[in-house]
Amino acid sequence: MSSKEQWATRVGLVLAMAGNAVGLGNFLRFPVQAVQNGGGAFLIPYFVSFLLLGIPLLWVEWSIGKYGGQYGKHSTPFMFHQMNKRWLWKYIGVFGIFTNIAIASYYSYIESWTISYMYHSIVGTFDNMSQHDVASFFSNYLDVSSATTGIPYESLVFFFICLTLNVWILSKGLSGGIEKASKIGVPLLIIFGIFLAIKALTLKAGEQGAINDGFVGLNFLWTPQFDSLANPKVWLAAAGQIFFTLSVGMGSIQCYASYLSKKDDIALNGMAAGWTNEFIEVIIGSSIIIPISIGYFGIDKVVELVQLGGLGLGFRSMPFLFEQWGPLLSALAGFAFFGLLFFAGITSSLAMGQPVMAFLQDEFKWSRNKAAIAFGIAILTLALPTIFFFEYGVFDEYDYWAGTVTLVVFAMLEVILFSWVFGIDKGWKIITESAEIKVPIVYKYILKYITPVILIMVFLGALIRPEKDDWSTLFTSKYELHEESILGKILNKGIVYNKKFFDHTYYIEFDGTVSKVEPNKIEVCDSDGEYHEFKLDKNDKPLVEPKMSIKAGDALYSGFVVNKIFWITASRLLLVSLFLGIAFLVWKAYKKQKTTL
Amino acid sequence: MNTEALIFMLVSEGIIAATTIYFFVKVLRSKKQFNEKDNHSEAS
Repeated sequence: MSSKEQWATRVGLVLAMAGNAVGLGNFLRFPVQAVQNGGGAFLIPYFVSFLLLGIPLLWVEWSIGKYGGQYGKHSTPFMFHQMNKRWLWKYIGVFGIFTNIAIASYYSYIESWTISYMYHSIVGTFDNMSQHDVASFFSNYLDVSSATTGIPYESLVFFFICLTLNVWILSKGLSGGIEKASKIGVPLLIIFGIFLAIKALTLKAGEQGAINDGFVGLNFLWTPQFDSLANPKVWLAAAGQIFFTLSVGMGSIQCYASYLSKKDDIALNGMAAGWTNEFIEVIIGSSIIIPISIGYFGIDKVVELVQLGGLGLGFRSMPFLFEQWGPLLSALAGFAFFGLLFFAGITSSLAMGQPVMAFLQDEFKWSRNKAAIAFGIAILTLALPTIFFFEYGVFDEYDYWAGTVTLVVFAMLEVILFSWVFGIDKGWKIITESAEIKVPIVYKYILKYITPVILIMVFLGALIRPEKDDWSTLFTSKYELHEESILGKILNKGIVYNKKFFDHTYYIEFDGTVSKVEPNKIEVCDSDGEYHEFKLDKNDKPLVEPKMSIKAGDALYSGFVVNKIFWITASRLLLVSLFLGIAFLVWKAYKKQKTTL
Repeated sequence: MNTEALIFMLVSEGIIAATTIYFFVKVLRSKKQFNEKDNHSEAS
């Protein structure tokens, strides 16, 4: 049972905590954020956020976990209940289980892409493919029904493999599964990362099709644009990056720390794990995708590509770039790149599984195997909508609400609980007792005043983010909500046309030219030259003709149309139901505890 | 690389590498007993 679990070694604990923090974002999100937010100057708000937000949150979460563990509590609802008996806190703790299940359901899907891409790199699927072919391969891969290499339902097959692997490792327990996987995964991803970084930085213009030296990309990424520091958007982006990279606000750190004893240090362990994440993110993460892609595409094209985000750059472009290195090296590089993403991913997804397992083991006395299988079934159930309706925005909805907003809300509330409700004096005692480093006293005040204020500001910033991130319009008549702000999302600001759940006509959402009209699809080229495909059912009738210029809002085809807004609303309801379902289980477990006392 | 970019990169990466190594070595060299529990060994 859960209470009999423990970490076997201290290095294992630190690597598992670091593995939890190191994720795909270290290699795909960080470099893109740096490029988009001031280059080298981005590191200034990034470091400030690490010192004022990241480190305090790490200590808070390690402390909550250690404190809860002393009472045999390994999941946040009952850790919070142990800290304050008011009914509300254990339901706020529900976020610490909800977030892990919801994120794992789409994160393990991305993780499965990396296994597939490792396989395709080794068997040479990308050999002689053009950049367009590699990008199309990714789009086809996400279309569940299409088979890229003759494996039917390929994306589903790799997802099952990935999920089974996660469940199997989780069923082996804390030291026998997670700790062993971290001891293998973290060093391997560092080795793969160093290999790719060396290859990236030794790129020479004119060799193997490269148009720039590797250092051109590094120069581009690190050149500081100091004027960006005056823009609040850059500070919010830095705070957000620190937040996501450390995996705080999720409940997984608390869970891992709950398997420590009262005499164990958390101050030094927390720092070792947190800084290892920074090492991998800033040093290795900045030396791979940007230098390689600028080496082959040039700066302008990369600036354009990063608008699609790191995932797009990683999966739509990197295999093509590795192809330039010849068959053997490209297979090795592809395997190493997607291998490092896989190890980064699995050490994080395992950390998402443990809080759920611990909850079921602690509160319902389930065996480890039963809890692991239950976690697998929950993930499978929630992941299927993201797989089948990926193009309808279900995946993005999960990521936005569970992987972004909830983290900030949960962290904000847990810091308030720790510093104000539980009390900073008691909290400080947990951080410093048995500490093997001297924790600067200034952190006691940072924890009480500064970190909660920053978190409230980050939350408010996300709530009312202005259009075009132009904060100067705030409090003026020009102010408009950004479609990605929390309020903008709730009000569906991003949806201008096709506002009904079901309709008889589909209206195009951008300007463009019709390039193909076929019985089963319409293809439209937008003003940036990107092609968009619209699938037609047999009863749908095209209302456009080839070479026709069309404007946003023009009718594209008629038939029975299920609009994106339907899937978005359905996925939000699914997430709310998940939260309420977990809250119900917490209530049931609490009632059970009361009757046994 | 231009000087500003080089300085930013070396200073940032230097601070991070040195701090990470410092903390990690401290963990490895620690003589303190780990997980010295009043409780349990892994059984199930």
